[in-house]
Amino acid sequence: MSQSTSNFAYAMPASITDTVSLLSQASSNGVRCQVLAGGTDLLVQLRSVDPDPRTIVDIKSVPEVSRVEVSNSERGVFIGGAVSAATMTHHEGLKAILPGLVEAAYLIGSTQIQGRATLVGNLCNASPAGDTIPALITNQAVCEIHGPRGARSLPVEDFVVGVQKNALEAGEFVVGVRMPHPSARTADAYLRFIPRTEMDIAVASAGVSVTLDDAGVCSAARVAIGAVAPTALLVPDAADALVGSTLDEASLAAAGRACTAASSPISDKRGTAAYRRKVVAVLCERAAASAAERARAR
Amino acid sequence: MAKTHVSTCINGQDAEFLCSPEQTLLEVLRDTLHLTGTKEGCATGDCGACSVLLDGTLVCACLMLAAEAEGHDVTTIEGIASGNDLHPLQQKFLDHAALQCGVCTPGFIVASKALLDEDPDPDEESIRYWLAGNLCRCTGYDKIVRAVQDAAAELRS
Ligand SMILES: Cc1cc2nc3c(=O)[nH]c(=O)nc-3n(C[C@H](O)[C@H](O)[C@H](O)COP(=O)(O)OP(=O)(O)OC[C@H]3O[C@@H](n4cnc5c(N)ncnc54)[C@H](O)[C@@H]3O)c2cc1C
Ligand code: FES
Ligand code: FES
Repeated sequence: MSQSTSNFAYAMPASITDTVSLLSQASSNGVRCQVLAGGTDLLVQLRSVDPDPRTIVDIKSVPEVSRVEVSNSERGVFIGGAVSAATMTHHEGLKAILPGLVEAAYLIGSTQIQGRATLVGNLCNASPAGDTIPALITNQAVCEIHGPRGARSLPVEDFVVGVQKNALEAGEFVVGVRMPHPSARTADAYLRFIPRTEMDIAVASAGVSVTLDDAGVCSAARVAIGAVAPTALLVPDAADALVGSTLDEASLAAAGRACTAASSPISDKRGTAAYRRKVVAVLCERAAASAAERARAR
Repeated sequence: MAKTHVSTCINGQDAEFLCSPEQTLLEVLRDTLHLTGTKEGCATGDCGACSVLLDGTLVCACLMLAAEAEGHDVTTIEGIASGNDLHPLQQKFLDHAALQCGVCTPGFIVASKALLDEDPDPDEESIRYWLAGNLCRCTGYDKIVRAVQDAAAELRS
């Protein structure tokens, strides 16, 4: 499509190949091009901080991006780039095995926002407070990226590289995220703190996934924190504090301290840095306790 | 500038319109199709005044491009009543005086309809969470919650 740089255009490619060629062509012609999923970040930014014309590439007609796959095989769980928070919160299969990830999606905005907002859009937007990012990291999610040089995958913790910056290169987009199907006795939880009960963004957040052995001892764990650093962070020290324990109070507290140590928050109207450091520990402890309870029940 | 041609179904009737690529569904509903029941409060997804149903899912018309409506079903507040018969939600909002200026009302009614389509018997907490994205600056929320509960009861009977 030929478009001068000063015009808006809307395109709705029907395949991964067409999407990549649209995005690559635009970038080699110096035309600004942006992927549209649910639009809940894109349209707000278009109306405020970023009004410049561009070609908007709506990926929702690409069949692969609408897919949710839940498989016990090595294919694991796949959530496509057009899958909305509302779709996730209505998906019994996902809720049963990834309650923490679904919880994170359910926390996004209002019912209206959840009707459009996608999981992958939340990730690509790369806000430090993006709710699903810590939950994706705890579940070892990997981005499946397609671009002019073919397909590649990148773990979520390496995909987000800065405040509102992701690792996509020109012509690339995220088809979806894939993560292992949690084994029996594995469960996740995600918690955030906001000053009100709904419609606000996280002051601090924590996602935890734990695996228990037959004796109830934690054999594997992942902990990730949000809104307390420029990007969501995987906190291996917190996971180490949990592994080998029965997830008793002392080990939860140690994991919390590791989260505080890993964080480098800012102070803003939602909370001071000192407050965020403290709250992130509490959230980690509570999320770990909740994940442990779910793992015991699985 | 090139306009996009869009075919949709709005309130049960086929509708076609031309829009520019960056126009929102809210702008087209109000300014092109003159369906002005859907309101603009914030244009940034915060107030819910622009609530519509897209294939039955509750969304903000201000956060959708009009072009994205291609091939989809849109229900606006104009599609809630049956002819001259008000929907129970509309009647109960009147009975409970659940509106003052009324700017938020279309959004509340459309959002409540989506709730009752999914859960015919929601408790007060579910109603308040579901409607957390709908802001009212004059009535207060209690009367609105009562109206929704009462409409739900009538629809169940
Ligand atoms: C009122 C309101 C409340 C909100 N509350 C919350 C909240 O509580 N917590 C929270 O985390 N977020 C919140 N958000 C932000 C938001 O809804 C999310 O970030 C949303 O998940 C983004 O998904 P989307 O599909 O709407 O993305 P879009 O707006 O379509 O895209 C977001 C960005 O990612 C890019 N992108 C999207 N998909 C892809 C892809 N597949 N490949 C490459 N790039 C892509 C786009 O180009 C764009 O830059 C809120 C937003 C609003 C308006
Ligand atoms: S006008 Fe759409 S949410 Fe306020
Ligand atoms: S009645 Fe005026 S905003 Fe609700």
